[in-house]
Amino acid sequence: MSMSVDTPLRRFTGDFVKSPTAVAAGIGLTLIALAAIFAGAVAPQNPYDLRQITILDGSLPPGSEGFDGFHYALGSDIQGRDMLSAMIYGLRISLFVSFVAVSFAVMVGLVLGLLAAWRGGWVDGLIMRVVDIQLSFPALLVALLLLAALGKGVDKVILALILVQWAYFARTVRGAALVEIRKDYVTAARSLALPGWRILFGHLLPNVLPPVIVIATVQVANAIAIEASLSFLGVGVPITEPSLGLLIANGFDYLLSGRYWISFYPGVALLVTLVCINVVGDHVRDILNPRLSR
Amino acid sequence: MLAYLFRRVGQALVVMGVMATIVFFGLYTVGNPVDLLINPEDDLAAQEAAMARLGLDKPIHVQFGYFLSGLAQGDLGTSFVHNRPAIELILSRLPATLELAILAMTLAVLIGVPLGMYAGLRPNSAGAKLIMAGSVVGFSTPNFWQGLMLIMLFAVFWGVLPAGGRGDTVDVLGVPVSFLTLDGLSHMILPALNLAIYKMSLVIRLARAGTAEVALQDYVKYARARGLSPTRVVGVHVLKNILIPVVTVLGLETGNVIAFAVVTETVFAWPGIGKLLIDSIGLLDRPVVVAYLMLTVFLFVMINLVVDIGYSLLDPRVRIRGGGK
Amino acid sequence: MTVPVLSVRGLRTEFDTRAGRLTAVDGVSFDVGPGEVLGLVGESGSGKTITGFSILGLIDPPGRIAAGEVVLNGQDLRKLPEPALRRLRGDRIAMIFQDPMMTLNPVLRIDTQLIETILAHRDVSRERARDMAAEALAQVGIPSPAERLRAYPHELSGGMRQRVVIAAALMLEPDLIIADEPTTALDVTIQSQILYEMQQLMAERNTALIWITHDLTVVAGLAHRVAVMYAGRIVEIGPVDDLLDRPAHPYTRGLIHSIPSATARGQRLEPIRGMTPSLLNLPPGCAFAPRCPRADAACGTRPEERAMGPARLVRCHHAGEVIA
Repeated sequence: MSMSVDTPLRRFTGDFVKSPTAVAAGIGLTLIALAAIFAGAVAPQNPYDLRQITILDGSLPPGSEGFDGFHYALGSDIQGRDMLSAMIYGLRISLFVSFVAVSFAVMVGLVLGLLAAWRGGWVDGLIMRVVDIQLSFPALLVALLLLAALGKGVDKVILALILVQWAYFARTVRGAALVEIRKDYVTAARSLALPGWRILFGHLLPNVLPPVIVIATVQVANAIAIEASLSFLGVGVPITEPSLGLLIANGFDYLLSGRYWISFYPGVALLVTLVCINVVGDHVRDILNPRLSR
Repeated sequence: MLAYLFRRVGQALVVMGVMATIVFFGLYTVGNPVDLLINPEDDLAAQEAAMARLGLDKPIHVQFGYFLSGLAQGDLGTSFVHNRPAIELILSRLPATLELAILAMTLAVLIGVPLGMYAGLRPNSAGAKLIMAGSVVGFSTPNFWQGLMLIMLFAVFWGVLPAGGRGDTVDVLGVPVSFLTLDGLSHMILPALNLAIYKMSLVIRLARAGTAEVALQDYVKYARARGLSPTRVVGVHVLKNILIPVVTVLGLETGNVIAFAVVTETVFAWPGIGKLLIDSIGLLDRPVVVAYLMLTVFLFVMINLVVDIGYSLLDPRVRIRGGGK
Repeated sequence: MTVPVLSVRGLRTEFDTRAGRLTAVDGVSFDVGPGEVLGLVGESGSGKTITGFSILGLIDPPGRIAAGEVVLNGQDLRKLPEPALRRLRGDRIAMIFQDPMMTLNPVLRIDTQLIETILAHRDVSRERARDMAAEALAQVGIPSPAERLRAYPHELSGGMRQRVVIAAALMLEPDLIIADEPTTALDVTIQSQILYEMQQLMAERNTALIWITHDLTVVAGLAHRVAVMYAGRIVEIGPVDDLLDRPAHPYTRGLIHSIPSATARGQRLEPIRGMTPSLLNLPPGCAFAPRCPRADAACGTRPEERAMGPARLVRCHHAGEVIA
């Protein structure tokens, strides 16, 4: 037996790799993320560069050869854009929007949740009331109505997503923080007369992170799904920066005439991404949940 | 029990009041309604006349006052596009959405509970693994894409079901419903299924977790020790105990059904309130959007109340405490 | 010698856990005659509850009944198919569990639970079943049985709940009742009440009773015969007075001496030293050896049952030797 140090990270990784499905999902996710980040290098074509597409290659079924011999692995849309490339760029937008939105939502949720737990009293009451009211409405609806008011645009979509998701984080952080505050190390820090914000961010924050990480994983999937739905409905990202949702919307009209690939493949990409995130998230949650130690 | 009810209704009214304020100020101050509602090519006089007619020239607090007084009288404004009272417009479309939602929830429970229970009772079987994998997919698939795929499969490739729209309707007590005709039903199935699949996945997961836990309880062993048939043990003793969390979550998820109805109705061109909302947003018909919001708030609040009451009916241990929370 | 109602021979129940295979019931044999009360005594983990479940055939994976015979009125229960076994459960053999709050289904009314038991075994109408249930409740001393029937389990007190469970057990006049620590979860006063009432009921109906408990004092007043279990094996079995006055096995002796009793006032209590062994880690040979004051090299092999008198068996190499 090796004498390696048993850190929490090592234990976590050890537990994580015990499930082959989770590992497969994790690998899948990594590949997807890499493809999205390096879209320029990975995609066979830049579908938004007008010089690279030709309308003569419009609506080709998957596997066809275009006029210049370009291979449309997953077909092309009505304007001749390669579906595979459009998907990869679309993935990038979907992932970007969701990631940024969730990151900010986490930050807002952390700050407000910690504040509510630390201050207690009316601050806590007020914040939690707002959280409760917000959480009693389905996120999609709230986002939809927000964007109806705000208009289209990637930044507005991100804003709407942040506004819709912060509440869930705030509630979780507050709950976890309340538990931690009762623990001895906080009392010790207090007795050392450390300034409040130092205790909050230096001591409490690292300890409330685990549940937040679990939820953040699932919320990224949620954000992707919501953004896709919003774009599909026409209130999300603009046509110049199509996410997977918008791509699917574009293909809707052609579905009935049998040109399914324009909507189908972006949808598959979306589905695979979401399934991978959910599988990984489920597994992470099972590992971090002390009650389920089997 | 009565005091509890009063308190809940009071809370509900407060929530609605807060929402009314937020909705109003949110929609009427962000963005400039004047530009969007009035044709910019009209000359100034016509624009001003239109503004006056719609009450948009008054200061915001006066407009809010009109809004509130209208609200108290059940008048939520007139649709800019259809020129009918917004509330009437919404109510006329509500039955379509409701029948979809009810069919969807029924499907989710009738299919989801047995599947979940099976997975809980035989966790290592191939069937259980398939069911659970299916539930992850059902739960991860974006609703609108799922709808598109259903259309693709059933309407385009196999051509057995219509791709959209509502079928023939029959009037029941003055309300048009479509499930009483075969044509109506055939139009209803795909959108209802679309709505149901997500719920079904949740129900399956809940039912499975509940069953796995309940199956280990002493009272199940005791039921078997008394020689009761497995059907009875599972169908009565286990089932009744897992229904409680299932119903609770389903109730809370009803809000989501209404939200997803927006997407489903758009995909299937189903003339319900969801489609009305999207159309109104696109046409910037703000009174309708506001009316939709208020109705939805009201519905959610009512649903939460009904779920709480339902919970206390299902679980006798809650009832005896007089409904205190 | 009358034909025993229940005859168990060489019963062995095993569990395949992640940590290994453990034998919860290891070669247990005993008889119970009609109207006889057998006390099955042992600490927690001794296998007594599992023995009860094994008789009923209610062992779920990862456990299984590996060997032995369980003969009820001449029928080997182990050879019966499940539907036949189900017909016997609740009807010919009834079981009373330890905690009635957990035994009765909390979301079903009392009448539902009693009536379904009756209807599972008797071809009667629902009204007749309700009457039978009410009679059963009355017989265990529950006042206003018709009202009690409509109640939910949590609306009754602990003692009342246990009476309901006892009523359910007696309702169909079984040949054998297995009671697993039925009074442990109750107050002492209720405990003695129930004990007394059970005694009466058993005597009236000539029903055989296996009373599982960890408390020797309970069996002292109730049982005709006592079997002492340790680590899945029966180490001593015999008539109650004989066994309690002249215990032959060191474990039985230790149990008796660790109970405060009126006759030994002022004398020091002698607990049995050591701890109950984990079933995964049993010593080869006699399981009690590590804690036994009398143990020696001979105890490295498993002792066989030895007769010590009429209807008296002990499993010890040094049975009966006086301990200084």
